[in-house]
Amino acid sequence: MAFKQIIHSKKVLAFLAVFMLLGTNMLMAQTTATADAAKPGVDWLGVGYYVLLFFLLAISVAVIGKILKVYDLSQQIQGKKGIHWNNIMGVICLVFLVVGMAGAYWDITVQGSMSLPEAASKHGVKIDDMFLTTTIITMIVFVITQILLFVFLFKYRHSDKRRAYFLPHNNTIEKVWTIIPAIVLTVLVIFGFFTWQEVENSTDVKGQPASINIDITGHQFAWELRYAGPDGVLGKKDFRLTAGANKLGIDYKDKNSMDDLQADTLVLPVNKTIRLNIFAQDVIHSVYMPHFRVQQNAVPGLPTFFKFTPTITTEEMRRKVEDPKFEYLLYCNKICGSSHYNMQKVVRVVTEGEYNQWIAKQKPYLTPALRTELKLASADQNKSITNNRLALNN
Amino acid sequence: MSTLSVQDHGVAHHEEGHEHHHDTFLTKYVFSQDHKMIAKQFLITGITMAVIAMLLSILFRIQLAYPDKAFPLLETLLGRFAPEGRLDPEFYLSLVTIHGTIMVFFVLTAGLSGTFSNLLIPLQVGARDMASPFINMLSYWFFLTACIIMLSSFFIQKGPAGPGWTIYPPLSALPTAMKGSGLGMTLWLVSMVCFVASSLMGGINYVTTVLNMRTKGMDLWKMPLTIWAFFLTAILGVLSFPVLVAGVVLLIFDRSFGTSFYLSDIVVNGQVMPFEGGSPILFQHLFWFLGHPEVYIVIMPAMGISSEVMSVNSRKPIFGYHAMVYSLIGITVLSFIVWGHHMFITGMNPFLGGVFMITTLIIAVPSAVKTFNWLATLWRGNIRFTPAMLFAIGMVSFFISGGLTGIFLGNAALDINLHDTYFVVAHFHLVMGSAAIFGMLAGVYHWFPKMFGRMMDEKLGYLHFWLTFIGAYLVFFPMHFMGLDGVPRRYYAFTEFASMQRWLSVNMFITWAAIMSACAQVAFLYNFIHSIFWGKEATQNPWQANTLEWTAPVERIHGNWPGELPTVYRWPYDYSKPGAEEDFISQITPLSETMSSNLPHDFEDNPAGLEALNTWTNTQKANEEVK
Repeated sequence: MAFKQIIHSKKVLAFLAVFMLLGTNMLMAQTTATADAAKPGVDWLGVGYYVLLFFLLAISVAVIGKILKVYDLSQQIQGKKGIHWNNIMGVICLVFLVVGMAGAYWDITVQGSMSLPEAASKHGVKIDDMFLTTTIITMIVFVITQILLFVFLFKYRHSDKRRAYFLPHNNTIEKVWTIIPAIVLTVLVIFGFFTWQEVENSTDVKGQPASINIDITGHQFAWELRYAGPDGVLGKKDFRLTAGANKLGIDYKDKNSMDDLQADTLVLPVNKTIRLNIFAQDVIHSVYMPHFRVQQNAVPGLPTFFKFTPTITTEEMRRKVEDPKFEYLLYCNKICGSSHYNMQKVVRVVTEGEYNQWIAKQKPYLTPALRTELKLASADQNKSITNNRLALNN
Repeated sequence: MSTLSVQDHGVAHHEEGHEHHHDTFLTKYVFSQDHKMIAKQFLITGITMAVIAMLLSILFRIQLAYPDKAFPLLETLLGRFAPEGRLDPEFYLSLVTIHGTIMVFFVLTAGLSGTFSNLLIPLQVGARDMASPFINMLSYWFFLTACIIMLSSFFIQKGPAGPGWTIYPPLSALPTAMKGSGLGMTLWLVSMVCFVASSLMGGINYVTTVLNMRTKGMDLWKMPLTIWAFFLTAILGVLSFPVLVAGVVLLIFDRSFGTSFYLSDIVVNGQVMPFEGGSPILFQHLFWFLGHPEVYIVIMPAMGISSEVMSVNSRKPIFGYHAMVYSLIGITVLSFIVWGHHMFITGMNPFLGGVFMITTLIIAVPSAVKTFNWLATLWRGNIRFTPAMLFAIGMVSFFISGGLTGIFLGNAALDINLHDTYFVVAHFHLVMGSAAIFGMLAGVYHWFPKMFGRMMDEKLGYLHFWLTFIGAYLVFFPMHFMGLDGVPRRYYAFTEFASMQRWLSVNMFITWAAIMSACAQVAFLYNFIHSIFWGKEATQNPWQANTLEWTAPVERIHGNWPGELPTVYRWPYDYSKPGAEEDFISQITPLSETMSSNLPHDFEDNPAGLEALNTWTNTQKANEEVK
């Protein structure tokens, strides 16, 4: 009966008609308006369409609301109870649980498989192990607690016949669920603490080959690389010396600086320990190389570093992810200004032989232009460079 | 039975008659000193700011979903901030910054604590008003000033502040580094100083009122969990907000007076700057010393509100009241020593990182206890699904989902790869964003009758809840996986990286889910505004709750209770007590009136009462035997 009333209600019909009319009117009007405009202006048609859609939605919600209210009232008049909202909500909770869990499972399998490939560095493997352990533990807790939550909601939904169970506290069970999380977290803390110490342990161990030092300097909005020349030592820097062609402020009074090389790509030899020395010139940047599980902020005035060992070459990784165009990337991960979203550097992991070939081709920072700028004795420099070249070819 | 009366704890009576002064519109609605009106002012300002911040988020969500598409409408709306219908990259960062700032500070701190601490502290502890109504009024006006200054930055040439809500220097300190570090940043800093002033005035008032103005019989262990939460939140705020001011003032010095607190070794656009000896990390320490307690300032009131709402609507006492209080205290104390977990990879000493990791993961224990206690509260309850209850449940669900990912991020080793990715965005939007806003909405639905004397519409509340709840999960759940793929936050577009382009479809999905949730808020706003004027009139105790605010008359008079203040005899959670007639017993019902339902537990610190109970039980037994 109530439904019929609504359906036959002239008011509602009139409302709908007016809205349809206004809506089409608006649409028509806007088509002509946009046709008049010379340059592509605002698509009022589209805007109007969405606004109309929203209004129609809102009206249908209102209509449904009214129908429910009338139905409820008519039931009450007949002496029956109205809609059992508590039951409906309880059922929706259960449905939400089932659909939600299925959705979460779908998300984890489909989008989870889109996450990063296996770690391409030695310490990364440990981090991934740690990640897996944590995921398993948290997933169990997630599933159990959410199921309990929504099942309780369904099972203990309101009923006039029942009274809730008066249970103010239970010390035993409270102790249990304090101690169990405490134990689990202790395990995670210990595991994590030692992994962290290992990852961050940056001093070279005696007896092992020294790590390769590479300077990386962030500025708005690019990265500059500096490799050590044949002497294997990077020269000193001082930000006050930054001027003109000397964009990193390299101190050429330090003899080690003379042969330092610049590079476009961060090329790394596989299975060698790399020590990235990280600098920033203007604002904070962050060196982020997710495939290697490497991240460290670049802070102006506070040199930082990260030591790691790449284990998979770019070629191998291309085969593993079945993508011939795959490249390791280094990008900025700390908000640094307008082009923060495009501050990347290609990272290429190669075999040691390829690395040696590549580095021999790199040009020194000390370009002739810079030399004249700094008024360095050129003859003396030329000699040392040819010497170096010879040394390298040996 | 006089032995059963609760001892007077020396709380002063406030019986002096409140003469009925005539309120003008200005003193009643604008410069009001009545805590209930100030609460409403905070709430409505908070909701307004929330809507603005939500619209900002929709703007940048559109950019993320359609990075290559031009929307001429945006140019019409935003002018130079969206040339040719595309958001300017710097304006995008400003949107992100202001969205975060408004949501964290203006909505979830002032809007949440400001509203419900003001409304509930005097009403639930049985006081006539705040300890200092005038400072309370000032607190609101400082807050409103802060809001206006913050929003005014949209109307200046270079646009609002842009270096993220964490405003790390040097980006925020160098006006040449980005547009958003110019005048917009100055306004941000000025606004924040006003905000902290407001927050401190509020906090001091809350602490003072809870400590000094409880009514007769209301000892600390008879306070509802809401009051405990507000009380501890206020303490946190009072201790940590001044540190933010210190950090902000030093930043103002660096920006305007050439000092080098945070700056050193800086070359901008090839030009060497004269700053030397400062440390950007210092700012991060100062910021996060507030910033981390801040997230608990945001979530603890939501926890308190949810505990109360869940207990009332499950018709069951909150499980483990003492454990709930101790876990709140534990969170409060621990929250001061975990700030370093925001800085694991910023260049802070790695040893410190290890220490902060330990303290961070310890904080998961009290959080776990709270979660289990909420679940136990629902167990064998008689659950009424009011909209407030649904939102409280949503809060618990979000708190679980978001809290668990905190175990990843709190682990320094895992944080290396997750720091500043979408994983973090997903984590904090669930655990402190959605959970806290759900706590706030639970509070709005639950105490609306107390604020406006009318009821909100339940059906619209249901619609609002389900759309928002599902929408929030759809928005934030997929973000975890973007984070696991190394997609960084605060990126203007994911077009420059082949590896990120495949997330475009997910971004579109998220944007549409966000738009759906935003539309759902219309149901709330309509319900809220409509119910203020035309809602069903409320009864005095519409939820059959025990706490004191429901013993005050519906008319919301100045001074809260006509005549004497109520005396409290019992804890606030006597729901469904066996032997009681109704399934709730108000806090003002003396134990002597409920002999049939008293338990030995009620007399833990009252031997005389226990003896009386034993005598009574024995007589009852004897009577039965006689029969």
